[in-house]
Amino acid sequence: MQPAGPVLTVHDLCVEYATEGGTVRAVDKVSFDLAPGEFLGIVGESGCGKSTLLFAVAQLLAPPAAITAGSVIFRGQSMVGLTDRQLASVRWKDLSVVMQSAMNALNPVKSIGAQFKDAMRAHGVTSKQQIAERSAEVLRMVGIDPVHLKSYPHQLSGGMRQRSMIAMALLLTPELVIMDEPTSALDVVAQRSLMVQIKELQEQLGFAMIFVTHDMSLVSHFSDRLMVMYAGLVDEFGPTRQVFDSPQHPYTIGLMEAFPSIRGPRVPLTGIPGSPPNLASPPPGCRFAPRCPKVFARCREESPELYHVNGTLVRCFLHADGGAGHG
Amino acid sequence: MNFVLRRLGFFALTLWAALTLNFALPRMMPGNPALAVIANHRGALNPQALKVIEAQFGIGHQNIVSQYFSYLGDVFTFKFGVSLTTQPGVSVGRIVLDAIPWTLGLVGLTTILAFLLGTGIGIVGAWHRGGRLDSIMPPIFVIMTVIPYFWIGLILILIFGVKLHWLPYFFTYNFTLTPGLNLAFIGNVLEHAILPAFTLLITTIGTWILTMRNTMITTLAEDYVRMARAKGLPGHRIMLDYAARNAILPNLTGFAMSLGFVVGGAILIELVFNYEGVGWLLLQAVNNDDYPLMQALFLLITAAVLVAILLSDVVTAILDPRTRAAR
Amino acid sequence: MATLAPGGPGSASESGQGTIALTPGGGLMPQGGGITGARSLRRMTRAIRSNGKATVGLALLVLFCLVALFPGVIARDNPSAEIYGRTLSPSARHLLGTTAFGQDIFAQVIYGTRPVLLIALGVGLGATIVATLIGVAAAYLGGVWDGVLGLITDVLLVIPAFPLLIVIASYLHGATTGVLIAVVTLVSWSYTARQLRSQALSLRGRDFLEAARVRGERSLYIIVVEIIPTMTSLLVASFLTNALYAVLFSSSLQFIGLGDPNTVSWGTMLYWAENEEAFQTGQVLWIIVPGLCIVALGAAFALLNYAFDEIGNPALRPVRSMRGKRVNRTR
Repeated sequence: MQPAGPVLTVHDLCVEYATEGGTVRAVDKVSFDLAPGEFLGIVGESGCGKSTLLFAVAQLLAPPAAITAGSVIFRGQSMVGLTDRQLASVRWKDLSVVMQSAMNALNPVKSIGAQFKDAMRAHGVTSKQQIAERSAEVLRMVGIDPVHLKSYPHQLSGGMRQRSMIAMALLLTPELVIMDEPTSALDVVAQRSLMVQIKELQEQLGFAMIFVTHDMSLVSHFSDRLMVMYAGLVDEFGPTRQVFDSPQHPYTIGLMEAFPSIRGPRVPLTGIPGSPPNLASPPPGCRFAPRCPKVFARCREESPELYHVNGTLVRCFLHADGGAGHG
Repeated sequence: MNFVLRRLGFFALTLWAALTLNFALPRMMPGNPALAVIANHRGALNPQALKVIEAQFGIGHQNIVSQYFSYLGDVFTFKFGVSLTTQPGVSVGRIVLDAIPWTLGLVGLTTILAFLLGTGIGIVGAWHRGGRLDSIMPPIFVIMTVIPYFWIGLILILIFGVKLHWLPYFFTYNFTLTPGLNLAFIGNVLEHAILPAFTLLITTIGTWILTMRNTMITTLAEDYVRMARAKGLPGHRIMLDYAARNAILPNLTGFAMSLGFVVGGAILIELVFNYEGVGWLLLQAVNNDDYPLMQALFLLITAAVLVAILLSDVVTAILDPRTRAAR
Repeated sequence: MATLAPGGPGSASESGQGTIALTPGGGLMPQGGGITGARSLRRMTRAIRSNGKATVGLALLVLFCLVALFPGVIARDNPSAEIYGRTLSPSARHLLGTTAFGQDIFAQVIYGTRPVLLIALGVGLGATIVATLIGVAAAYLGGVWDGVLGLITDVLLVIPAFPLLIVIASYLHGATTGVLIAVVTLVSWSYTARQLRSQALSLRGRDFLEAARVRGERSLYIIVVEIIPTMTSLLVASFLTNALYAVLFSSSLQFIGLGDPNTVSWGTMLYWAENEEAFQTGQVLWIIVPGLCIVALGAAFALLNYAFDEIGNPALRPVRSMRGKRVNRTR
C-alpha cells in the first residue's frame, strides 16, 4: 500500500562542510518533491553540490559534512538526525543507492553474491534458497549471467560491475533508487544502453528515481523532471521537455549550447567562461553573475529567489517581474 | 601458483645472500678475527668439525672458491661445525636445537598475541573515531613504540622482581627442578615467562594498534564502506567484514616486515631476563667470540623470519582474492 | 586512498600520498604527489604550530640539540673522570648520584647526548640519501636496473636488521660512533628505498615529467629538479623514522657491549649499569635516567613523524566536533 502523497519531500535542505578555511555550504536551501515512480534528473558541473545532495538525502554524509538545516521526509518519515540503526529498516528495502564507481563501491574481498547476501540477510531474508533465487533474478534483469555471483569485483568488466550494482540496488524492490552518475565510467555506447535498461527497469518495477549526472543530454530523454544545480543552489527546475526545449536560466542555456547535437544545423560551440565560485566565500548577489552573459546591476547586489515561469522554477532576476513572488 | 613460486624463489635468494654474508664477513674484517679464536681452540675440535670450520672461515689450503662451495655444501647437509668457546666441542646444531623451543614459545606466542590484540584494539579505536579513547590513544602508543625493549624489561624487573618480589626474572625455569611434563615444572616455566612475555607484549603492541588504526581510518572513508551503510548493514558487520578485512591486508605485509624488529627485540629481552633462548645464545656466542655458533644462529633467525613472512603471504592470499589471481 | 568529497568527481589519488582538498566550487587547491615549494613550507610551519604533537616533538628535539651542543654549560663535572665518591646517592653536588666507578651520572647523561644525536642525525641523513639514490634511480631507470636494485633492496629488507648488526659489530669488536653510523645506515636504507621507489614509480607517468622530457631536459635534471621535490614529505618522514631507529639500534648495540665502552653515551651508561648490577645495589637512577632520555628523544622523532603523517593525510587528523549540527551518527 503506497502512501498517496509524494515519496520524498526535501525542504530547504542545507549541507555544510567544516573545513580548515571555514564552513562551506555545499547545498543551499534545496527543495523538491518526488512523486511515486517519478524520474528526476539532477544535472550540474563538478562541484555544484549534486552528489552532496544525494548523499544528504540518503543520510550517508560523514564528517566533516553534515546537514545543518532543512528536512528530508521519506514516505512520511523524517530522516535527518536518525542514527544508522534507526535508518536500517528503511535502507535498501525502501531506498537504495547506486554509486558512481562500482570498482570503489563494491567490497573487493567479497564476491558479488556474498554482497547481495549481506543486503538481504540484513533485512530479514534468511532462506538460502530465497537469497539464491532473488540474486539470480536481479542479475538476469540487468543482463548478467548468474554464474557471476561467484565472481569478485575485479574479475568483472566495468560495465558488468556497474550493472551488478544496479541489480543489487533492486534486490528488495525499493520505492526510491538514487543514482550518482552511474554511467560516467563507461564509454558512450555502453552509457546509452545502460540508460535504456535503467529506464525499462524503472517502468517495469515502478520505483521513483533520482539520477545525478553532469551530462544533460544523457538524462534528457528519460527523466520526467530536470533540476539544474549550480554552486549549491537550484537554478532551474521543471518538466524535462520544457527545460530542454526552452531553457530559461542563462546557465542552463549555456549548458545546452555546450552540448552539440548530432542532428540539426551546425552551430559554433560555445562554453561558459570562468569557473565556479569559491563556496567558502561566495560572491554577493547571484552566484552565476560573474559568468553570466546577461548580467545586470541588480544581479551583483541581491541574490535571486526561485521564480515561476510557465511551470518551471528559475533562479534569475530576468524572470523576477513576470510571475512575481518566489517558489 | 606462479606467485608462490616467485616468493619461494625470492626466499631462496635471501637465504643465499645471508649465507654469502656469513662467508664474506669474517674475511672482510681486518685480520680475520676467526683465525685467532680457531687457533686457540684447535684442540677441542675433531677432524670433521675442523674441516667444516675451515671452509666456513677461510683457514686451510683450499682457494676461496672451493671454500665457498664446501661451505654451501656443509650448510645444506646441516653441518654447522662445533662450538668453539661456549660449549667447546659440542655440535652447534645440538646447542641451537636445545634453545629453539624456549624462544619459539616465548616470542612466537607473544608476538601472535600482540598482533591479534593490537589489531583488535586498532579496529575498535578507529571505528569509534572521535571518542575519548581515540584522542588519547595515538600519543600514548607512539611513545610506547619508542621505548627500548631492554629498558622496559629492566624497569619491570625493578618493579616486579626486585622491589615487589612477585615474579622471578632469571632464566627459563628454576634449575633446581627437573624438567618434565608435570604441573610443577610447567607452572614454573610459565611463571618465569610472564615478565619477559609481558615486556615483549607491551613494546610490540603499540605498532600494531597504530598501524591498524591508521589503515582502518583510511578504509572507513572508502566508497564500499559507505555502500555498506547505505545497505543498512549492522554496525559490527560493516566494521569487520567490510572495513577490517580490507584494512588488515596492508598490515599483514607490515607484520612480515616488522618481524625483523620483533626478533631484535626478543634478543634483547632474552638477554635482560637471562632467558636461555636463541637470542640469549647469540649474545653468548658474541661475547665468547664463538663464531661458528654465532653464524649458525644468524642463519636460523633469518630462516625463521622468512618462514614467518611466507606464512603471512599465505594468509594474505587467503584473505584477498586479488592476490590469488594468477599474474 | 582517502577521499573527502562524497565519492564523486575530483577524487584523484596517488599511491602512498593520497590527499584531496575539497573542491566544492573549486575553492581549495588540489595537491600533487606531496607538498612542494615555498608555499608549502609556509603551510607546513603553520600546520606544525597548530598540531600539538608536532610542537611537543619539535620542542623536545630542540632541547636535546641544545644540550648536545653546549654540554659544558649545563653540567660542570667531567663525565668520564672517576674521581668522585662511588655509588653516591643523589645530592645537591651530584644531581643523580654517582656510578660504581665514581663518575657523576648527571654529567654523563648530559655529555652522552651528543653521540646519540650525532648517530640519529647521521643515520637519518645517510639512510635517506642512499635510499633516495637507489629508490629513485631504480624507478626512473626501470628495466634490468630496476630489477637488480629492487632485488638488492628487498633482500636487505628481509634479512633481520638487528641480528645482522650484531654479527657485523661482533666481528669489529665494538663500534665507535662513526662506525655505528655507517653500520646502522647500512641496515636501515632498504625500507625507505622501497617506499621512495613506489612513490617515484607512481610519478613516472605523470604529465609534468613528460613535459620535462619533451622539453629535452636530461634525466639527472628531471630526477633532481622535478621528481625529488614532490616527494618532500616522504623524505622528511624517512629522515625522522631512520633517526628514530638509529637511536634505538645504537643504544641497544651499546647496551649489549658492542658499542665503544669508553664513549660516554646513554647506551653505554646502561651497559655499565647492568654490568655493575645497579638494581641490586640500589642505584636505580643509573638505569632509569638514560633510558628515559632515549624514550624522550625517540618520542620527539616519533611525534614529529606522526604529526607529519597527519599533516600529509588529512583523514588521519582528529575529527572536529560538529556542535549544534545534525549529523547521522553511526551508533
